Amino acid sequence: MVPLSWYIMLSAVMFSIGVFGFLARRNLIIMFISLELMLNSVNVSLVAFSHYLQSMNGQILVFFVITVAAAEAAIGLAILIAYYKNNPTIKVDEINLLKG
Amino acid sequence: MTFSLVLWTFIKVAIVVSILMLHVSYVVYFERKVIGHMQARMGPMRVGWHGLLQPIADAIKLFFKEDIMPSQADKSIFYIAPIIGVLAAIGSIAVIPMWDGFAIANINIGLLFILALSSVGSYSIILAGWASNSKYSFLGGLRSAAQVISYEIAMGLSLVGIMLLSGSANLTDIVHAQSDYWFIFTQPAAFFVFVVAIIAETNRAPFDLPEAETELVAGYATEYSGIRFGLFFMAEYAGMFIMSALAVVCFLGGWDGPDIRLLAWVPGFVWFILKVYAFIFFYFWIRATLPRYRYDQLMSLGWKLFIPLALANVVFTALLKLL
Amino acid sequence: MTVHQLIFIYFAIAMTGISLLVVTRRNPVHSVLFMLVLFVHIAALYLFLNAEFLAAVQIIVYAGAIMVLFLFVIMLLNLRREETEEKFHRQWPVSAGAVAVLAVFFIMIVSKIVVLPALGEYSIDAIRSEGSIMTVGKVLFTKYLLPFEIASIILLVAIIGAIVLAKKSTNS
Repeated sequence: MVPLSWYIMLSAVMFSIGVFGFLARRNLIIMFISLELMLNSVNVSLVAFSHYLQSMNGQILVFFVITVAAAEAAIGLAILIAYYKNNPTIKVDEINLLKG
Repeated sequence: MTFSLVLWTFIKVAIVVSILMLHVSYVVYFERKVIGHMQARMGPMRVGWHGLLQPIADAIKLFFKEDIMPSQADKSIFYIAPIIGVLAAIGSIAVIPMWDGFAIANINIGLLFILALSSVGSYSIILAGWASNSKYSFLGGLRSAAQVISYEIAMGLSLVGIMLLSGSANLTDIVHAQSDYWFIFTQPAAFFVFVVAIIAETNRAPFDLPEAETELVAGYATEYSGIRFGLFFMAEYAGMFIMSALAVVCFLGGWDGPDIRLLAWVPGFVWFILKVYAFIFFYFWIRATLPRYRYDQLMSLGWKLFIPLALANVVFTALLKLL
Repeated sequence: MTVHQLIFIYFAIAMTGISLLVVTRRNPVHSVLFMLVLFVHIAALYLFLNAEFLAAVQIIVYAGAIMVLFLFVIMLLNLRREETEEKFHRQWPVSAGAVAVLAVFFIMIVSKIVVLPALGEYSIDAIRSEGSIMTVGKVLFTKYLLPFEIASIILLVAIIGAIVLAKKSTNS
């Protein structure tokens, strides 16, 4: 039997890597991918809790997380494309104009 | 006990994969013959009796051709793209029930497993188009990305009605639920949407826009040669087999044969294969009959006709099930 | 060390390595490809955790829709400049330090976790007798009906918002 803490540890490590990618990278698309990585690590811990506590709530929460992740990716990438049309860059340190 | 289980699984995998490979090489011959005769030609005639050895000759030629890599290509992705396609196509065969009780893996999420692998398979075409670093390949890859996403929704929605009626996503249970009447009779709208969607999913004519010869040379496969091109070919025909088998399992009663006493001795496997090949013949028939769609026609057809139709079918089926 | 633990150790090492590859690749397409491999690993982990329906949803939604959307945008923008420029900000050591603090914090939390003995009604046998899909569906459509409806509205908002944002403005 695998202890629950192993799953939580794995989830924490993945989350930390995702935070690092989000904070350190310049490419906006890779920042979004890091965001998905963080959401996925949270999902792993939720499903692990759900299994070890024999409750369904964790799995249902994962469901909603996936829904929100899909919505977030669609909106985020749409904003990215709208910005790129005015200012052809996707480097976060070069994106410093609110006006097109 | 575990050892014999593993051994039995290996034997099953060997049987099914070798049948699939044989199918892939000979269905190309079948297609060339069928389309040849539909166009009042003979098809392949030179190698062997009526060209029967043609697939073997083709395979040998593909194996020994030079494997060319464009100098500006993204090498790792260029290498891995065809392999993703073949793995996804062959992996889906694991859950197809060939006859009663025979599937390599009889799992409860069989239908979702096939949908998942078909969406992974679309990566092969998108990545091949991107990695080749050529305009034709790139356009083919972009087109395929949009086409596969759009038609996957229609395909998934058309299968929801099946899941509602059979109350399961296990493919063996779905076939058992059709013992009285096949789902093609109770779900004709879903069957129509499903057939069109799988033709678009497998990039076959009249929806073969990612590889339209007349405008894009060979689309995503333009820069590929030798056995890597062969792998794309293999993935396409294996995908056709999987999708036809899915259509037979979900709509045409699986291994269920006609209820005639004279034919009771025929094993279910024969009926299954017969139905699958009838469906593949239908694929070729459509290819020989219909002209290719324009890209915007394809997209508006998918979003404005098939997805609403499939949704309406889901609502209608759910209401019927409730009553 | 049981077989399960060995398999989990493989998954832990592979997933950590793949996550590192995802955030450090120069080319976003390579990141997306490693993310695809990571999703397959996560789906397999869900199978070990008795959540087969979520495993299928993970591949269909994440790999089949969200990551294809990312690939589509990368191809649409056709980014070639990225391959010659700096990958990280100048201040990336600061973020590395922040992440190290976060990791220590996580380790402190994990070492305090106590598994509650109070178990719910959804044991492995209970889920197996009904099937994973039916169990999830029953809870989702009874106890969580309102959140489910809100989720559908969120998706509708996302669809309309994405179209409004990405569409060319015609009146200017």
